[in-house]
Amino acid sequence: MDYSCSNYELACNECGKRYGNRPLSACPDCLAPLEVVYDLLNAKGVFTRDSIARGPASIWRYARLLPVPEGFQPDLPVGFTPLVHADRLGARIGASNLYVKNDAVCFPTLSFKDRVVSVALANARKFGFDTVGCSSTGNLANSVAAQAARLGLKACILVPADLEPAKILNTLVYGARLIRIDGNYDHVNRLSTLIADEYNWGFVNVNLRPYYAEGSKTVGYEIAEQLGWRLPDSVVVPMAGGSLIRKIRKAFNELIFLGLVRKPARPTRFFGAQATGCSPISVAVREGTEDIVPQRPNTIARSLAIGNPADGPAAAKMILQDGGWAQDVSDVEIVSGIQELAETEGIFTETAGGVTTAVTARLYADGRIARDETTVVCITGNGLKTTDALADRYDLGEAIRPRLADFDACLRSLDGETEPELVAAGES
Amino acid sequence: MQIKVVLPTAFTRHTDGRKQIDSTAANLPALLLEFDQTFPGLSTQIKDEHGKLRKFINIYINDEDIRFLGGDAYVFQDGDEVMLIPSIAGGHWARPGR
Repeated sequence: MDYSCSNYELACNECGKRYGNRPLSACPDCLAPLEVVYDLLNAKGVFTRDSIARGPASIWRYARLLPVPEGFQPDLPVGFTPLVHADRLGARIGASNLYVKNDAVCFPTLSFKDRVVSVALANARKFGFDTVGCSSTGNLANSVAAQAARLGLKACILVPADLEPAKILNTLVYGARLIRIDGNYDHVNRLSTLIADEYNWGFVNVNLRPYYAEGSKTVGYEIAEQLGWRLPDSVVVPMAGGSLIRKIRKAFNELIFLGLVRKPARPTRFFGAQATGCSPISVAVREGTEDIVPQRPNTIARSLAIGNPADGPAAAKMILQDGGWAQDVSDVEIVSGIQELAETEGIFTETAGGVTTAVTARLYADGRIARDETTVVCITGNGLKTTDALADRYDLGEAIRPRLADFDACLRSLDGETEPELVAAGES
Repeated sequence: MQIKVVLPTAFTRHTDGRKQIDSTAANLPALLLEFDQTFPGLSTQIKDEHGKLRKFINIYINDEDIRFLGGDAYVFQDGDEVMLIPSIAGGHWARPGR
């Protein structure tokens, strides 16, 4: 299988000027973000349902529409995570056709960031960088550290000092240099841009950002393919920098253009999810504007805590155009969201997934999504990384003696029952 | 009263390669007016056709986004470091391996 796409280059989102392929993220003329554009006509008849089905069970089955250099040979089976029908969660929130896209089990580091990092590092190698880095709220740090180790690249990773301990440990274990910054993500990100300006490093979400961001499209391709090559009515997506939600739509539009899915009568609507403690994009959507007013984040959903989102204006614009909505929820609701998803579907997500689940419930309750719509909820990270959010939620109780009577009493106490369930053998 | 203006590499083609510029401007609007005179190429790059600062540029005073400090109304303090950074900054024309 040919894993490369040679018909792509960087183009300015605003002025349209093209820049070929180079480690560059902002248009030198108008400073707007650059985006990878493809010669889609060239992919017609090549990027087909059949060719995809013959590919590996990973994001690389879609390599023809990813910006990976000629001769690229994929190493890790990233992505192609389960899309599960969520009957029980649906019943609880009033949704009859609900799906969960479960990137809590993405390979190799249990978040959707594995997708973007694998595409970014393919380009880092092509551009000749021997050190890669990122500014991160945690998941990206884990993924850059792990995949850099696998590829033999050096890694230098910047994170806010108050990051969850699990996310710090999950970065250090791969041997990456991790530098904690006394500040929030926006401070970290600003420093990263200065570093990328001075050092010859490939910062995946700075100078490699246009390539990196394209990896998110694979979430959209997978949703369409796993739904039997059709598009959902609605998608609920967590928003931090605001990139993922746009890239899922880009993927859907490419599939429509190439004829892999039918254009739905009503375009898929996109719903963005944020924590109230960091909600610059949902506030903008609520006010009907694409002007983002930056915020100082204060939420347990640290992986979404970007107060000045780089792709915020574009995300708000797109949501408003498509008739979607953006919603934010409190930290209390976030924890309930985590528990609800775990209790109904057996999926343990991190705080960002709690945001997405709680927002989904709110969207159905408010009638913004109708009961019978086909809706996909994007769960982007794993709960094992943010266990501190649940630390005081469960009472382990006292240990009991290894005796049946003690067990029965304990069980009744757990279930709040007064009658014994213990039935002596032969009595039933 | 003097402030230090710090620019990313992407802007230095308009400033004779200088990444740091000293200024006595009192506030951001005054600084932008000063650029009109001293570095007209830089002015063109960072302002849109209506003469307003482009939306894809962030201004930081020391470590803080100027929007948290009052924006245009913020009065520069002696010794302030004023940074101009494209909102998705990073990368320039040089190839790796310089």
